Amino acid sequence: MLAVEGLSKRFGGFLAVNQVSFEVRAGEILGLIGPNGSGKSTTFNLIAGNLRPSSGSIRLEGAEIGGLPAHMICHRGIGRTFQIPRPFRKLSLVENVTLSAYYGEAGRFSRAEAEHRAREVLELVGLPCDPQATTLGLGASALKKLELARALATKPKLLLADESLGGLDRAEMERAADLLGDIRKRLGITIIWVEHIMGVLMRVVDRVIVLDHGEKIFEGEPAHAAIDARVTEVYLGKSHGERAQPV
Amino acid sequence: MDIYLLEAIINGILLGGVLALLALGLNLIFGVVDVVWICYADIVMCGMYAIYFLYAQYGVPLPLACAIAISGLAGLGVLVHVLIIAPVLRSPPLNQLLATGGLLFFLQSFATLLFGTDFRNIGVRLPVLEVATMYLSFARLIAFAISLVGAVALYFFLKRTYLGTAIRAIAQDREIVGLMGIDDRRIYLAVSAIGGALAGLAACLLALQYDVHPFIGNTFGPVIFMICVLGGLGNMIGGFIASFVISQIIAIGGYYGSTELSYVFAFTFFIVLMLIRPRGLFAP
Repeated sequence: MLAVEGLSKRFGGFLAVNQVSFEVRAGEILGLIGPNGSGKSTTFNLIAGNLRPSSGSIRLEGAEIGGLPAHMICHRGIGRTFQIPRPFRKLSLVENVTLSAYYGEAGRFSRAEAEHRAREVLELVGLPCDPQATTLGLGASALKKLELARALATKPKLLLADESLGGLDRAEMERAADLLGDIRKRLGITIIWVEHIMGVLMRVVDRVIVLDHGEKIFEGEPAHAAIDARVTEVYLGKSHGERAQPV
Repeated sequence: MDIYLLEAIINGILLGGVLALLALGLNLIFGVVDVVWICYADIVMCGMYAIYFLYAQYGVPLPLACAIAISGLAGLGVLVHVLIIAPVLRSPPLNQLLATGGLLFFLQSFATLLFGTDFRNIGVRLPVLEVATMYLSFARLIAFAISLVGAVALYFFLKRTYLGTAIRAIAQDREIVGLMGIDDRRIYLAVSAIGGALAGLAACLLALQYDVHPFIGNTFGPVIFMICVLGGLGNMIGGFIASFVISQIIAIGGYYGSTELSYVFAFTFFIVLMLIRPRGLFAP
């Protein structure tokens, strides 16, 4: 459904993403992992239209979307969440989500339709639909759910979930991973999930891609990633001096 | 209390209404587009000329002339954004300031060239009300009332409509609104049109009280800018309150000294406050 080919992004002399190619199959959860600074977030920014690619192509269901402005990519059916939640603090919780529901698709909606959809996704991720609720009292876990709700309200075919589990404890991680699996099942959407830890991700994803220094070093099943020589080198270091996150 | 002091205070409140309207427009544009329209008061000047020519020269009924001026300035706001702001949107703030500052001189010179430096009055004589031996200008009362209606309408627009919600959202985080499917360029155009329309409304209210001439913008432009900085640039409520603080200083200063001196008081207050609270009265 999504085909990325020879994608590169250069910031001055720094090549953040270097000739990365991969495909995403409809209905799968694809894990995109790699250490900090390996180019995962930049890849997301390129796909979502926050950045323009230096070269390469990004095709969604056959149509080129590389370099389109973010709102048009959103209308084509790609939603994304941020690693660090960025809610609109001065808007209420429900307003945050209805705004996405209202503007997220190219057509125009009535207020009632947008509010209805906002309630649906809020319920799906497990947040209150109380119109008085603000974003101020929300903890890390709830803020991540809000990010997810905002992205889902735009009715994406493809969801880009950026490091959804950073800052959560083990039990919260498990629940969040289950939620992503649940979302795929119930909404029938395809998901690319970025993480820098391999842990819980490996249990839920169908395939995994590993980036290092802006290059793809592995693509395949999660079980194979854990025993791949280059992946373990990146995660464990040559000397095995650092411990990796347990799988 | 001295009845003349009371009269000054009431006049100060009335003056504050129109200043608040202009501060709202300037703050709205700054909050969303992140560019200061230094030329904002001169756009108001264009609106005053429009009303003068439509009403006093061509005999268009005043309400219609006002409606044309408001929609005309909304269009001018869009033009200013497309022609002048959009090309420098990602430039350093100083360059943006120079661009809108350049427009200020352009508008003033263009008006001088076209209309000369004559003071022109639309010639509407509204009665002066005598309330308990105080003299209150009816024009000012109307201006105050309409300004408040305009401010309240803007508030509900921002709070209750999706476009308004998107405007509030983009003012908080302009980088991510695209991911909600919001086209930031459209929001900028909408905000520039609203800012222009607010300038148009202010032009209608000011034309009732003041003569129009090419440099009328200089008499209240710096005051509006000062109000916005005092309230915290981009902070609409802060600007609204600061309008009344400054208008009181001007009114009471005028009562104890003279009109000229009152502006000295106002700017002195501003400078001192900037030393104490550099980010504005209502900065956290």
